[in-house]
Amino acid sequence: MSNSFRTTNSTGLINKDKKINFTFNGTIYHGYEGDTLASALIANGVHLVGRSFKYHRPRGFLGVGVEEPNAMVQLHDGNKSEPNIIATEVELVEGLKAKSQNCWPSVQFDIGEINNVLNRFFPAGFYYKTFMWPKSFWMKIYEPFIRKAAGMGKAPLLPDPDRYEHNYEHCDVLVVGSGPSGLASALAAAKNGARVILAEDKPNFGGSLLTDEVTIGNMSGKEWASDTISQLKSMPNVILKKRSQVFGYYDHNMTVMIERVSDHIENPSKYTPRQRLHYIRAGEVIVSTGSIERPISFGNNDRPGIVLASAAKEYMKVYETLVGKKPIIFTNNDTAYSTALEFIKNDIEPIIVDTRDSSNGELVKEVQQKGISIKFNSGIADTKGHLKINSAIIGKLDSSKESFISEETVECDCICMSGGWTPTVHLSSQAGNKLKFNDDIDAFVPDKKRQKETAIGAANGSFTLNQSLAEGFQVGFDLSNKFTDQNNPTNSPNSNEPSYEKHEKLWCMPLPSGKKPKRFIDFQNDVAVSDVELAIREGFRSIEHVKRYTTLGMAGDQGKTSNLNGLQYVSKIEKKIVPEVGHTTFRPPYTPVTIGAIVGREVGNHYLPTRKSPIHTWHEENNAVFVAAGLWQRPRYYPRGSEDMNSAVNREAANVRKNVGICDVTTLGKIDIKGPDAPEFLNRVYTNAWLKLPVGKARYGVMLREDGMVFDDGTTSRLSENHFHMTTTTAQAANVLSHLEYYLQVVWPDLDVNVLSTTEQWSGIAVAGPKSRDLLSKLFPDVDMSNEGLPFMGLVDSSIDGIKARIYRISFSGELAYEVNVESNYGLYTWKKIMEVGQSFDIQPYGTEALSTLRIEMGHVAGAELDGRTIPFDVGLNSMVSQKKDFIGKRSLSKDAFTESDRQTIVGLVPLDKKTKIPEGSHIIEDNSAVAPIPKLGHVSSSCWSVEYNNPFSIAIIKDGKNKIGKNLYAVSPLKDISIPVEVVSSHYVDPEGSRVRS
Amino acid sequence: MLEIKCPYCGKRSQNEFSYGGDATIKRPQLGEEISTEDWDNFVYYRDNPRGKHSELWHHVSGCRQWFKVSRDTATHEIFDTCKMNEDFNV
Repeated sequence: MSNSFRTTNSTGLINKDKKINFTFNGTIYHGYEGDTLASALIANGVHLVGRSFKYHRPRGFLGVGVEEPNAMVQLHDGNKSEPNIIATEVELVEGLKAKSQNCWPSVQFDIGEINNVLNRFFPAGFYYKTFMWPKSFWMKIYEPFIRKAAGMGKAPLLPDPDRYEHNYEHCDVLVVGSGPSGLASALAAAKNGARVILAEDKPNFGGSLLTDEVTIGNMSGKEWASDTISQLKSMPNVILKKRSQVFGYYDHNMTVMIERVSDHIENPSKYTPRQRLHYIRAGEVIVSTGSIERPISFGNNDRPGIVLASAAKEYMKVYETLVGKKPIIFTNNDTAYSTALEFIKNDIEPIIVDTRDSSNGELVKEVQQKGISIKFNSGIADTKGHLKINSAIIGKLDSSKESFISEETVECDCICMSGGWTPTVHLSSQAGNKLKFNDDIDAFVPDKKRQKETAIGAANGSFTLNQSLAEGFQVGFDLSNKFTDQNNPTNSPNSNEPSYEKHEKLWCMPLPSGKKPKRFIDFQNDVAVSDVELAIREGFRSIEHVKRYTTLGMAGDQGKTSNLNGLQYVSKIEKKIVPEVGHTTFRPPYTPVTIGAIVGREVGNHYLPTRKSPIHTWHEENNAVFVAAGLWQRPRYYPRGSEDMNSAVNREAANVRKNVGICDVTTLGKIDIKGPDAPEFLNRVYTNAWLKLPVGKARYGVMLREDGMVFDDGTTSRLSENHFHMTTTTAQAANVLSHLEYYLQVVWPDLDVNVLSTTEQWSGIAVAGPKSRDLLSKLFPDVDMSNEGLPFMGLVDSSIDGIKARIYRISFSGELAYEVNVESNYGLYTWKKIMEVGQSFDIQPYGTEALSTLRIEMGHVAGAELDGRTIPFDVGLNSMVSQKKDFIGKRSLSKDAFTESDRQTIVGLVPLDKKTKIPEGSHIIEDNSAVAPIPKLGHVSSSCWSVEYNNPFSIAIIKDGKNKIGKNLYAVSPLKDISIPVEVVSSHYVDPEGSRVRS
Repeated sequence: MLEIKCPYCGKRSQNEFSYGGDATIKRPQLGEEISTEDWDNFVYYRDNPRGKHSELWHHVSGCRQWFKVSRDTATHEIFDTCKMNEDFNV
């Protein structure tokens, strides 16, 4: 039955000269270039595509585009596998593989279909009612079972191999949708000189003009569309985008559009992205998104072969494909008659069932003139056919249209239904537009706009071609006039289309006599009329509650075909008008978007920028293991041979204590501070005094937030009278700069000070250990490195091989230490030079782990102690707090809670067994055998292996710390399930007098 | 994503900026005697209005200037922006 459902004409948009092979559920079929997976399957007579979500009922195609609720497939396999793709949106490409989902063992025979037989046990809200007891069953029985049964396709387990890109665009006017109104507005705006982007979801521009028999000017609608596109293409101020769905409308006219770039190409270039996400900031957005046809609810209206009338027409006209050869057209309005006429053109005589008593519309008359009789005042009561429809029960409606007075069975192989049209208002609504209900068309249309957005054409409820074109040309011109001064309007051409009579307000058929078949409203979620009735019977009144209880309008299609029918039914039961019932909220995305596209190129190492010190290559060459410090990559340790981390860290730290070590501290934040008020500014920013710092000296400083918590610390040096060099911690560098700028620009603009980040201009190299003086003396022979010549906290300018260098005598390790700063580009050279000269002093590089070990032993605080919850008193920095001056955060320090003497303060901990390492984050408690809840005294902030004493040592912050020194407590880690007896000691574990740094 | 007009650079996307809170808060003078209540009001307490709000933004990935923005907290409409030493026009 290869392509036996093709029409014989070739007026569509497929290329029958180019065959394309594809596989569906293991069977090889062929279609043609221009086909979608849906049209190719239908052409091959395949309607059964998948199984429904809840009852596993056989399902086929309902629509032809984004509105499709049923025909979801799993595409491709392996790492390209993608679930829940609607077949109507997949362009056929050679070798395409697709399969049905939500069925086992096969789509023809699906065991899950037992749910359909048992459907009385699965009413709306059954999750909430069924699995409530016994409570203990939830985690182990119900939940795993529901998980297995739920969901549609399967997510791929392998990383996505495809490339996705992001693009940022700006334009004056963005036109969404390329139907008659969209084309008209784009043309008018572009001719008036505005920068225009026209976006079309489908592979072809033209929208309804591709399927409607109309004339515009002296051309057919289709010709006019193609002519307009050619005109737009030739204009430099226009960007045309097909296969591009604008799915989200966000604040300040930011819209987001997904472009399918290469899915339809057989062998795309490796560098062509699969999809591209466009962020478009538009001056004005024209929403010309058209409308979507509504289904009608009747018994078993979900069988494969039951489609929307407009979809059947598009399959014939665009894809040269027949949805069936024995069609029934079932409608409450005139538009479905154009589908009937299309069948007639293909020598197929449809049966027409119309709920109305009569219609004098032009299309209806045309059908009648062709000798086709119409069953007016009738409806479809029920259908038959398990895997595909084979007959319908057509009933004559009584005068109230609440029941059937007679029923007849008619054979058919498809039903093309039309319940009228719903404007696609999603984007307007997302933009904040308050919709209003238009009683003439029984649908919501945009009304009060909040953003620069204008709906036109069918999306605005203007269903006639004349209206659409007129609105398009007018709005396109008016809006573009805001951006150009050309004042060049384009006149709307004359157009011709058939006249239509009014639709009937009837979307749900009565039940057939003596039966209660399901009448579906929402196909994707298996929500039937009875579920809505149940929800209301059980007291759900708000439409948002009805939605959530029944799941009406949820899932991938977001109720594109079901929302209004649901509302209409609620309003009928509740005897309220629709606007009183209201509508649920439209949220982005309008159509599902691949996560890969949202992420774009921000994957793997591109997830964040990577910052590397200029010495990075040396670290790599010397076997460094790196650790992320914010965005920076820092050497963590440098293992030798088969050394593990602990041995390497102990070796590196011990070498600093014994000989000399070298550490890359380029990552420290550096801020250049200049201006006559610079000393006064530092005096306000830091807790200690700065006015009298002599030129050529460094000072340690602590800064607070206004709430009194320690914000950051570091050394700042006075380079000249009004010029300072501030250093910050690596982690807070950016925040400190913003903080300084805030106070200079917002709070004290009268201060004459400038600040500038110089973090990346300087490369910093710490040289620490007892042999550091001898090493530096050799490196800088013209500098007096003696304790008198360059004392602790002194600094001196010198040079090394002609490279300017600034040497600070500062120490984080607690040893005699220096920090050599050179211009970044010379960092690597200088480092290598120091390593070379240092060989005779047993120099070794050390990483961040050894750096931590050294500072923890010394009781120097760092980020783990300065965690935003500690004031200077808590971390032993009270001596840094000036009593004589005011500074940022000072007033907070005198608040009651901050002056309590038993606040949690910093101490050292040593395990009694001198062996067991105390996990960071452990809780400190007094009584190990107490019954929970046990009072917590504090927590362990930092832990290391003391290389000085060869046993574990930790810093902790505990209640009334000072008075706990000498006591035995317990460090407990519920995570690791251990409890370690510890002795409380001073946090200054090594060299408490600080004699080494001054030696 | 908002579009914010930096008074120094012009219109830029929100991702170039960071938010800086209520622009009407005045820091107490240095050395000023101040009650705990007043200090707490300065440090912690902020109004959370629905509607027009004067706020600070910082053009961190741009000119690094702090400036004032008058914004509707419910609709995100931005009425005006100005430099720190200027007043809003609307």
